[in-house]
Parts: sequence; C-alpha cells; structure tokens
Amino acid sequence: MSETIETSSEIITLTIDGQEIQAAAGQTILQAAQKNGIYIPTLCALHATKENGLESDIAPGTCRICTVKVNGRTMAACTTPVAQGFVVENDTEELNDLRKTIVELLFVEGNHFCPSCEKSGSCDLQALAYRYQMLSPRFRYAFSSREVNAESPKLLFDRNRCILCRRCVLAIRTEDGKQLFGFTKRGDKSGIIMDEELVKNISEEQAQQAMHICPVGAIIRKEKGFDTPFGQRKYDQNPIGSETVCTTCNGEKS
Amino acid sequence: MKKPIIATASLAGCFGCHMSFLDIDERILDLVELVHWGKSPINDIKTFEQDCDIALIEGGCCNDEHIHTLRDFRKHCRILVAVGECAIMGGLPAMRNNIPIQECLEEAYLNTPSTAQANPERILPNDAELPALLDKVYPCHEIVKMDYFLPGCPPRADLIYGALTALVTGQKAKLPYEVIKFD
Ligand code: SF4
Ligand code: SF4
Ligand code: SF4
Ligand code: FES
Repeated sequence: MSETIETSSEIITLTIDGQEIQAAAGQTILQAAQKNGIYIPTLCALHATKENGLESDIAPGTCRICTVKVNGRTMAACTTPVAQGFVVENDTEELNDLRKTIVELLFVEGNHFCPSCEKSGSCDLQALAYRYQMLSPRFRYAFSSREVNAESPKLLFDRNRCILCRRCVLAIRTEDGKQLFGFTKRGDKSGIIMDEELVKNISEEQAQQAMHICPVGAIIRKEKGFDTPFGQRKYDQNPIGSETVCTTCNGEKS
Repeated sequence: MKKPIIATASLAGCFGCHMSFLDIDERILDLVELVHWGKSPINDIKTFEQDCDIALIEGGCCNDEHIHTLRDFRKHCRILVAVGECAIMGGLPAMRNNIPIQECLEEAYLNTPSTAQANPERILPNDAELPALLDKVYPCHEIVKMDYFLPGCPPRADLIYGALTALVTGQKAKLPYEVIKFD
C-alpha cells in the first residue's frame, strides 16, 4: 500500500480503455490516467494541489472506488504502479456498476442525511452517487449509531458521515507535524479519533484545509456552512470528473 | 386507452414533496389531460374508490398508521413511487433512529422551553386514538416493495413531472444531471 509516490524518468506505455498512453515508472495507474485527462473516480486518493496544501499525492487505498481491471484482474488504480504493456479497463459498464455498489454501501453504512449536511453540493461521495445515478441504495440502511463531536471552536466532527478513507489521518497536521486525526480499532469497530487538544488551537486556514481534505461532510468548519448558494456549489452544474485535466500539466497530454 | 389514475400519500413527511409536485405550475393542466386523480391529499379524496395505476408516496413510516396506509397503497396501486429523501431513507425524521423513543418524547413534551412550563403534570401523549410510534423510522421499501425512487428534499418539480409523464406515456424517464439532487 503506497502512501506517497515516487516516480522516475523511465517511460512506460500502457492502454486505458483502448487509448495508448505513456507514464513514468513508479507512477500509479491513477496518476498516469490523470496526467492524460482520463477520469478514474477516487474517494480516498488525493492529488496534491495548491488548494489542498498537500506536498505529494496520497493514496491510502481504503475505498476501492478506483477499481479498474488490469490485464483482466481487478486492482485499485491508485495503489497499482504502471507496468509496460498493461491493458487497463476503466470506464466500462461492469466497473461503473461495481463503483455504484461501493457508493451505495457507503451510503447505507453511515448516516447520510444530505439535506442537513453542510458539505452537500460539494461532497465527493454524493457527487459520485449523482454520477452513477444512484436513485436509492439497493441495501438496507444500517442506521449505525455514531457520535458527533462539536467541542472544538473551529471544527465539527460528525462520524455519521465518515467513510473511513484515512485522508485526514495522512494529510492533516499541525505546523510542527503532529497528526490531528488518528485511526482506531479494527473491522466494523474502526473509527477516526480527533485530538481534541490539538484541534482546539488550529488556525482558520487549517480548519478550512481540514474541511477541504475530507471528501465528505465529516469534518466541517464551524460558522462557514451553506455559504455558497445552491446552484453554485462544486457539483451543482457538472458531474464529478468532468473537470479532469491534470492541475500540474493543465491538460497538456504528456 | 383509459386514462391512468394517480394517487398520492404523505406519511412521515413535511408535505414539501407534495408542494414541489405542485411546483410543476401550469404543466398540471397538461397532466390533467393525461390522467385521472384518485385518493390524494391534493383533492382530499380519502378512500380508494377504485384501484389506481400510479401512487406517489412522500415520507417514510414512523408509526403504525403509516405502515397500514403504505400496505393499503401497495394493495390498490400498480406502481409505487417513493418521492423524496424521507420516503427513500427516512430523511429528517429518521435522524431520531439512534435516540431512544423515551428520550425523544421527553425532549419534545417535557424539556423544551415551550413545554417545560406548559405541561406541569408531565403528561406524554397517550390517547388510544393516537397511532403508536415505531421503534425506528423506516424507509418505504423496507415495508413494501417500491417500484421507483425520486430523490431530493424535495425532488425538483422537473424530476417529478418528467418521471410521471414518462410513466403515463410509457416512455423512459429523462434524468438530466441538474434535476437529480439529494437536497
Ligand atoms: S457527507 Fe455527502 S453524502 Fe453524506 S450527508 Fe453529507 S453531502 Fe450527503
Ligand atoms: S473524517 Fe473525513 S477524511 Fe477523515 S477518514 Fe473520515 S471521511 Fe476520511
Ligand atoms: S423529503 Fe424533504 S420535502 Fe419531502 S417530505 Fe421529506 S423533508 Fe419534506
Ligand atoms: S481511490 Fe483508490 S482505493 Fe480509494
């Protein structure tokens, strides 16, 4: 499982959905796809940008929404490094239905009341449900009991919406490098814990960054909710993925 | 061809979905050309005088009367459509699903600023006429089979209109990106 990704200058040729592309050795399939303007959905993996303040891409490999078929076998695109001659299937009916199923499972597993969620309209999970036209999950709602922590002056932490992607654990740190979020327990008991002491003292910018890094509405910056009008939120007009051009190469094909 | 008959019901909902339906504005005149109306709070017809083709259900089930109504609709209607987040997942009422019922009732009738003084005998509603609360709020498809789902809180009027006209004219519903939203 790679968390930060090193690349070298060796050039690799592979195909994604029949399109031949080139990538640098050490890049993941996801990175190669992004660089070539091909959309593979992600929830846990995050491309480093100025906006999210990351120094390098992260790929915890926890959500499996990026599942592709590599030479016929299913793999996570965000953790699998490219290799010469890979034949990758990505935007197929079978894989998109699998991805829709993952989204449905995440919806029934947590408690996602979108109308009352401040991330609604800008939430990656919801946007994927729109993209794959989930009108209703096929599974029973678990209505699991999850705690909300509203003690901190700047952040609201709502576990009902947490999808355990681990982005916050890897990416949100204090200026001197301390983790604000950590992982606890295993299996169906797994959860995220927040360091209340450290979170008490974070700056406005850090609070904003934390909300930005969480793909869903589990980490919410207080007193900032619903500040973008309906119709202008991130995914109101265009589906998630429709903007896929690499932010570092501005869409120039390599 | 006989015009299809449409029925509607509001269970544990806020009537917002019905309001959104009325938001189809003058297109309701086109609909009147296409369909007959059966039992619905819109026309205040209270019984099934005949079986219906399509029923729009707003709201999930939070008490025994809702369950009874929903089963009755299933019996008398060919196609059941879950309209809105409450019907599909319980919606805002289901936010009580992790709070014990006792606590919900005490909060509402004994502890809020407006009830603490007004209810000195600390009475919780207990009339036999009142429907019994369920342990949880249930989405409609967990009680009976639902045939279609229109998400949103409420679903956009365009989505309701598009889906309904597609159903009565036997076409495939068009689902443009902007009309499917969960909020
Ligand atoms: S986190 Fe996303 S999916 Fe969950 S309630 Fe909020 S908007 Fe909806
Ligand atoms: S709090 Fe947000 S970022 Fe952290 S694991 Fe949960 S969903 Fe992921
Ligand atoms: S889905 Fe929203 S608008 Fe419809 S009944 Fe429920 S709360 Fe009201
Ligand atoms: S994006 Fe690849 S596993 Fe989550």
